Amino acid sequence: MIRFLFKGLLRDRNRSLLPVIVVTAGVALTVLMHCYFTGILGDSIEFAAKYSSGHVKIMTRAYAENKDQMPNDLALLGASELISNLHSDYPTMEFVQRINFSGLLDSPDENGETKKQGMVSGMAVDLLSKNSKEIERLNLEGALRKGRFPEMPNEVLLSDELAGKLEVRPGDQVTLITSTMYGGMSIQNFVVAGTIEFGVEFMDRSGMVADITGIQNAMDMYDACGEILGFLGSKNYDDIVAMNVEKTFNDKYSDPNDEFSPVMVRLKNENLLSGYFEFVDSFVGIIIAVFILAMSIVLWNTGLIGGLRRYGEIGVRLAIGEGKGHIYRSMIYEAILIGIVGSFFGTLIGLGFSYWLQETGINIGDMMKNSKMMMPSVFRANITTPAYYLGFIPGLFSVVLGTMLSGIGIYRRKTAQLFKELET
Amino acid sequence: MKRIAIILLLIPKIIWAQEPTGKEILEKIDKNLVSKSTITTSRMIIHGVRQTRTIEAKTWGIGDEKAFTEYLAPAREKGTKMLKLEDKLWIYSPGSDRTIQISGHMLRQSLMGSDLSYEDMMENAKLLENYDAGVIGSEVIEKRDCWIVELQAKTAEVNYQIRKIWADKNRFIPLKEELYAKSGKLLKRMELLDITKIDNRWYPKKIIFKDMLKTGDGTEFIIDDIKFDQQIPEYYFSKASLKK
Repeated sequence: MIRFLFKGLLRDRNRSLLPVIVVTAGVALTVLMHCYFTGILGDSIEFAAKYSSGHVKIMTRAYAENKDQMPNDLALLGASELISNLHSDYPTMEFVQRINFSGLLDSPDENGETKKQGMVSGMAVDLLSKNSKEIERLNLEGALRKGRFPEMPNEVLLSDELAGKLEVRPGDQVTLITSTMYGGMSIQNFVVAGTIEFGVEFMDRSGMVADITGIQNAMDMYDACGEILGFLGSKNYDDIVAMNVEKTFNDKYSDPNDEFSPVMVRLKNENLLSGYFEFVDSFVGIIIAVFILAMSIVLWNTGLIGGLRRYGEIGVRLAIGEGKGHIYRSMIYEAILIGIVGSFFGTLIGLGFSYWLQETGINIGDMMKNSKMMMPSVFRANITTPAYYLGFIPGLFSVVLGTMLSGIGIYRRKTAQLFKELET
Repeated sequence: MKRIAIILLLIPKIIWAQEPTGKEILEKIDKNLVSKSTITTSRMIIHGVRQTRTIEAKTWGIGDEKAFTEYLAPAREKGTKMLKLEDKLWIYSPGSDRTIQISGHMLRQSLMGSDLSYEDMMENAKLLENYDAGVIGSEVIEKRDCWIVELQAKTAEVNYQIRKIWADKNRFIPLKEELYAKSGKLLKRMELLDITKIDNRWYPKKIIFKDMLKTGDGTEFIIDDIKFDQQIPEYYFSKASLKK
């Protein structure tokens, strides 16, 4: 039966080509939309993970309560020993130290007096270790505008805008005035190795990236850091794995009665991101549901049109004695076949475009020039497991439903009027 | 009988007449605290969340306008110098060999991690110039009768819009002071202890500062030695002296 129907589809293209094309196009669009929206929202989360939250973040309990204030006086002590323990507990994960700091940056004139001053909001990361992936993770190569990367602990990268404001160039000296971990005043000289531009106004206005050892020295934070970020082995965030890591870490290391004991917070539990995750889940769901509904209506209509176009054919089949039930069932089988074939090709085409978007992405850097949000400037699609089967829902069910509804007409036709209808 | 009644009626008026005005109290406080010049050796014990640090310093000051401080200990702070000339403040750090002017937002930062800010240090000690003062009651503090003087800022430019001072009724020295924001929120509290007679004036040898918005147990400011009305060479108050 299936073979017979399949031959019918191939040989009678007038009957099958249009429905297959419509199903293919609808399914391809559904798959592409799903992958693109998942990618955009996933990229934003991944961007936040790389810059501020990691897939998991470790802080002291006291720091976690006030983390928006960058309270480095509540930093983690004995950071290297903790990281060593983490590497043995979670060998597939990567852990990095970070210090977020703020202060005043002062550029001297030729007499060593203050020439210009500006507020600075800095991030200290491991720039100098051989195996460090921080430069790649923070896309600093893409952000570098002038000069080079730091090669010494006392060298820093300044945002291009801040460097302009302070009238400094690569090779010039600047002085950072900030607080030590113990609250004392810290006045430390740094050399500007290069300037960077992230394309995000918030970071470009007053940003500074320094090597962590230089800042640890300046802020009296020997073997201490504000945060330890952990990244899962997989490219993208997996909440189930992160939740497991969070639970096992906190059970082992965290003491609710000690405000300086470490506590791990997974990405989804970060203050600002928890709401975003819920938004992402519901937003993707709503977008996909609306799109599937719209495609279902289109494909249902295709089924209806198909049924109507074959009015004459059904009349002949009834006239030569074929049962109404048999005709109805055979039309549904045909619709299933059209749905499967269309969904298959639609999924293939949709995945193909999605793969292209996943690899190349769409650069929206020019549109983000005045953005104050920390967002990536290139949006990419993300092919997830649901993309392989999601298109079959509208592709198969809507065309079958359309055929089922239009096919009801078969039962309303009267044999006595058939020849009269066929004559006209 | 009639005469007794008149006397009884007059008693509150007599007592009222004895109560000094806020202005008078502040003038008497200024006589104790304000001098032509001072040379002070002090310790600042900062009780932080994690550890207690002691910072030793020597300060040369002329009135409210000029002050030069050299930090003597601990090692990390040793050699750091601070120069205040009216409303300007410079800091010299020997580690970086830089003289930095502290201005704007940075003045609100904590002084060496203590409960004081640079702005607190820059403040004009003559409160009557910036505040209207009124007596709002009396209270016993540390077994001593005190006037409670409330100060309302005359301008919006001062650091604290409202201040309350508990002034010893006999010695005219504050024993407690509270500093408030315009909203009425308590920002800082000071306790003045070890009131000692030095050179014919009452002076606190220990002040406990508590920034109410900060964690930690406050900052103790202990005066180990203070000399009033000393001759201080003018070169102390030049930027050149910072690098010496």
